[in-house]
Amino acid sequence: MKIHEYQAKELFRKYSIPVPEGAVAATPEEAEGIAQGIDGRLIVKAQIHAGGRGKGGGIKLADDAAQAGRVAGEIIGMNLVTHQTGPEGKLVKKVLVEKASDIDREIYMGLVLDRETSQIALISSSEGGVEIEKVAAESPEKIYKIWVDPTVGLMPYQARQICFKLGLEDQAFKDGTKCIMNLYKLFIGEDATLAEINPLIVTKDGQVMALDAKVNLDDDAMFRHKEHPELRDLDEEDPLEVKAHEHNLNYIKLDGQVGCMVNGAGLAMATMDLIKLCGGEPANFLDVGGTASAEAVENAFSILMSDKDVKCVLINIFGGIVRCDRVATGVCEGIKNLGEINVPVVVRLEGTNAAEGMQILKDSGLDFHIVTGFHEAANKAVELSGGGA
Amino acid sequence: MAIMLTSDSKAIVQGMGKEGQFHAERMLQYNTKLVGGVRPGKGGGEVLGLPTFNTVQEAVDATGANASVVFVPAPFAADAALEAIDAKLDLTVLITEGIPPLDMVKVKHLLKRSKTRIIGPNCPGIITPGVGKLGILPVEIYQPGRVGIISRSGTLTYEVAAQVTNVGLGQSTCMGIGGDPVIGTTHRDAVELFNNDPDTDVVVLIGEIGGTDEEIAAEYIKSQMKKPVVAFIAGSTAPKGKRMGHAGAIIAGGKGTAAEKKEALRAAGVTVCDSPADVGKTVKEVLGQ
Repeated sequence: MKIHEYQAKELFRKYSIPVPEGAVAATPEEAEGIAQGIDGRLIVKAQIHAGGRGKGGGIKLADDAAQAGRVAGEIIGMNLVTHQTGPEGKLVKKVLVEKASDIDREIYMGLVLDRETSQIALISSSEGGVEIEKVAAESPEKIYKIWVDPTVGLMPYQARQICFKLGLEDQAFKDGTKCIMNLYKLFIGEDATLAEINPLIVTKDGQVMALDAKVNLDDDAMFRHKEHPELRDLDEEDPLEVKAHEHNLNYIKLDGQVGCMVNGAGLAMATMDLIKLCGGEPANFLDVGGTASAEAVENAFSILMSDKDVKCVLINIFGGIVRCDRVATGVCEGIKNLGEINVPVVVRLEGTNAAEGMQILKDSGLDFHIVTGFHEAANKAVELSGGGA
Repeated sequence: MAIMLTSDSKAIVQGMGKEGQFHAERMLQYNTKLVGGVRPGKGGGEVLGLPTFNTVQEAVDATGANASVVFVPAPFAADAALEAIDAKLDLTVLITEGIPPLDMVKVKHLLKRSKTRIIGPNCPGIITPGVGKLGILPVEIYQPGRVGIISRSGTLTYEVAAQVTNVGLGQSTCMGIGGDPVIGTTHRDAVELFNNDPDTDVVVLIGEIGGTDEEIAAEYIKSQMKKPVVAFIAGSTAPKGKRMGHAGAIIAGGKGTAAEKKEALRAAGVTVCDSPADVGKTVKEVLGQ
């Protein structure tokens, strides 16, 4: 789960990682009020779940509180387009108003789960404030990585090693070390999957501070963190994906015309791939779960039908422990409960009791296109959606 | 002989709740050698005719078990896996979905220092047709044979296994290794075991987007593999930055695309199918049949 910069900075405060003085505002008036309590120049930052906000015009400086209010008025309500939002952009609903800093140095600091080693990796670079993937590609020698032994955790000597490499000195060295240790405590304490400071700055007067903050939290560890669901911002997510999530369905909207309903994530991806190979475009990823119950099918259909681009639905179910005859009954019930379906529905059942399942579909009186082969099913769906050869 | 799950395997079930019992019954129907169950605090009686114990060690001491299959809920599953490692089991199959990756980081760390192999988590398990199964796989689609199958998913594994059966071949062993970011047995580990298994003639590797597991397997295949490998990678049409159901199936920072994985496998001499519908017939072609 992604969270906003202002929420990540609240977590930083909880773990004693220094951040600039500031607070979040939803209106220009609120922004001005916050700015009045801060000395010196200000910075107003759009709060959306995407990077590249500065280039898109979502981060602006202000000399005083009145100007901060005006600038906030420009940013709140704007449709911010960055390289990470896609061309449609994102509506800005909140801004973070902060004291502007005098920057001497910008550093990159990040903690991630490294899948290759199955360990947490601390990644840092003397080149902060820019995209770390770009630094890694262009000047890999400027990236320092260390791996954490999970039985002892990150050790202070490792944090010191990194700070030496970054060339931090005196108080900044001590504060940098502390900052790294606290970032690790946050990562473990909050079950993060990513904790990134880009840039971590050293100010002209030698202070170390997290100018930006990005934290992703582990959805699977929510049982340990009852407060984490409150950090979720549904406005940042696709409404159909949110609806699917409420029904325990895994759904991701895409741009094609063939709606897919599949049991299992791997088979769902494979079905999308096959639609593409047959000359069509999948409208979505949708995993109805291993059991494909009537309720799941009904909910899945109502989501697929909300996508006006869907011209045909392909149901591809592999019956395992849950036999195809039961799945077929579920599919029929789900569709009957929903009433009319205005697009052709192609169904392919394979696996345990597939023949019995097909017979139930045939006898249902519903208008299915029943296909036995995997390739043939995808081909038929593409044809009925008006695409393909 | 097959791999990992053989006629020498004697397994216990960790987590004899509703789901554990449901699947234990099916494993027994397939003549899998199950010798007991673990129910912390409720051990002592019998469930499905199997003796139950409070701890894994107790079960091992009493029954000589050397394997386990875990249905314990996600918040407690890592603990169950560590208990299995501590009892020095040869094989533990983690079916549980939704174990926090940071819990699995600890399990994996201790796993590396142990003799135990873990399959999963978030996987359908392992089947050696004619010998037994540990997990939730449907047995009807398998038949004994000489094709080894490794896959990151559940139903896609079944799809591919059924294709192999439908072209008249069978499986030596078939396993789903799970779609999580941190897993016990990787593609590379399983490919190596199949490479050394005299009862496997050809290996089918079903991968998906995310991570570099398939690329690492490709490196091994390039330098060591003595048998043909057929592969399919799911997720060519998956968008970047979106988690496709499985926690590990995500293209992050531009890494882990299907195209990269296919390229690495092809460069290693693997026959890569672009269509998931072609795996069965490709295996047959590769075997020259």
